[in-house]
Amino acid sequence: MALTLEQVRHVATLARLALTPEEEQRLSTQLSAVLDAVTQLQSLDVENVEPTSHATLTASLLREDVTRPSLPPEKSLANAPAKSGTSFAVPKIIE
Amino acid sequence: MQLTDLTMLELAEKLAAGQVSSVEATRACLERIQRVDPKIRAFLRVDEAGALAAAEASDARRKAGTPASRLDGVPVGLKDLFLTEGLETTAGSRVLEGFVPPLDATVVRLLREAGLPLLGKLNLDEFAMGSSNESSAYFPTHNPWDVTRTPGGSSGGSAAAVAAREVFGALGTDTGGSIRQPAAFTNTVGLKPTYGRVSRYGVIAYASSLDQPGPMTRTVSDAAALLQILAQHDPRDSTSAPVTTPDYSAELEQGVRGLKLGVPREYFAQGMEEEVEASVRAALREYERQGATLVDVSLPHTQYALATYYLIAPAEASSNLARYDGVRYGLRAKDARGLKELYSLTRERGFGPEVKRRIMLGTYALSAGYYDAYYLRAQKVRTLIREDFTRVFKEVDALVAPISPVAPFKLGEKVDDPLSMYLMDVYTLPCNLAGVPGLSVPCGFTKAGLPVGLQVLGRPFDEALLLRIARAFEREHDFFRRLAPI
Repeated sequence: MALTLEQVRHVATLARLALTPEEEQRLSTQLSAVLDAVTQLQSLDVENVEPTSHATLTASLLREDVTRPSLPPEKSLANAPAKSGTSFAVPKIIE
Repeated sequence: MQLTDLTMLELAEKLAAGQVSSVEATRACLERIQRVDPKIRAFLRVDEAGALAAAEASDARRKAGTPASRLDGVPVGLKDLFLTEGLETTAGSRVLEGFVPPLDATVVRLLREAGLPLLGKLNLDEFAMGSSNESSAYFPTHNPWDVTRTPGGSSGGSAAAVAAREVFGALGTDTGGSIRQPAAFTNTVGLKPTYGRVSRYGVIAYASSLDQPGPMTRTVSDAAALLQILAQHDPRDSTSAPVTTPDYSAELEQGVRGLKLGVPREYFAQGMEEEVEASVRAALREYERQGATLVDVSLPHTQYALATYYLIAPAEASSNLARYDGVRYGLRAKDARGLKELYSLTRERGFGPEVKRRIMLGTYALSAGYYDAYYLRAQKVRTLIREDFTRVFKEVDALVAPISPVAPFKLGEKVDDPLSMYLMDVYTLPCNLAGVPGLSVPCGFTKAGLPVGLQVLGRPFDEALLLRIARAFEREHDFFRRLAPI
């Protein structure tokens, strides 16, 4: 299955990747090859098969809802590229 | 014999007897790293001060007669996917360059509590996505058995460091073979535990339903001892199994007499290198000689594992890697105009080609109109793959098979052909999809001196039996005593 350049650009937008034109070209070719290989799955009859999300989990594992100490703000912010007080700072969102 | 040639348990014995100190062992590793790592490049960062401080504390405990564990004082290394408080952790990616975690992964905490000095962080394919270590954003690691070849991936740095005797053992992670394949490529032992056996808390996520940390060592007995420390239920990981931890060393020496070992015919397909197949077949005969019964079995959906994996893993990765957006940590494109551009420019600059490829593939497989055809279908085929294993494990105690269809290949050989690189994982992927434990144990060398590994697969939470089966082989062959020619 071929992935067109237009589709590559659409997926890149969804994935928040600012690809270069060369990358778009290369990914179109490479992803098409991978998608060709995975079409093999279409030949299997899976009509009455349940999907597996986790192989060894049989039940949802719940724990008590207990409050515990979490990271203090200064530790959480230690790696922030930009901060303002006890918050992460980002470029202005609303003009 | 040098100090660094000892196995973990041999060193532990000498530490217990007071014949050697942890500081001496740690210094021996640091000297070895200085001498051989320029050729191997297994380490992204060495934590000399941290390791020596931990070693001194260990020696004090040994002297006081209060060792924290059997392996107290035995220095090890960590794949750079495990968060280490106060020590840079990059996942082999530019997007996390300079990131200093505010916390330890649970398994890192367990190692510290058990008294093992941590020598530093080991190279890997970026975000553990790769089979050769070449997708690391920093540099490729070289195979100690032939430095022109790959040590495998993604835990290639861990495997190479163990094989080159820079560390006594290491932690890796295995999403589609990333512990077992590098172990096979470097004459070391690698164990991927059952999904949920070892905590993933603080392990940088690639594909959350498949990722599993595990030990990488020179011997099977060392792997058992290291797993003993790692296998603990962790309330911080909701997928961590609330099961008790058996004594993994108790049955190690019991041999394979009377066991039924399945030989899955799909794992001996065309395209396997002759010498690799010959080594694996010889190992099977050895098991027969020791009294095991070999049973020809079929896992009919094996041929679909590659396609299933390369839909599910990228889909989960595209979601997991959404967090690298330049806001809270790591790289930020400071010249971006507006928030959207901040995200997309940061990600464009921070991720390498393999990571972008998988994010794109996963995003596509999850996108509107394609979800049912790709992701959901892959999850259903995953059920069929899992049922294959459930069925054969009613008939046999474990499976024995090759790890990789090929011996370690040349660096650069497959780097421009992603699909042929993905094919390297064809015998290791089904284990992760089924969630069962898998192990790689050295089973020989090619004429050119390249290592070959044997894979042992078992029922969920049957790690003790896998270790026992691997140990039965290891006992008759001391491949692990061989020194890599560096």
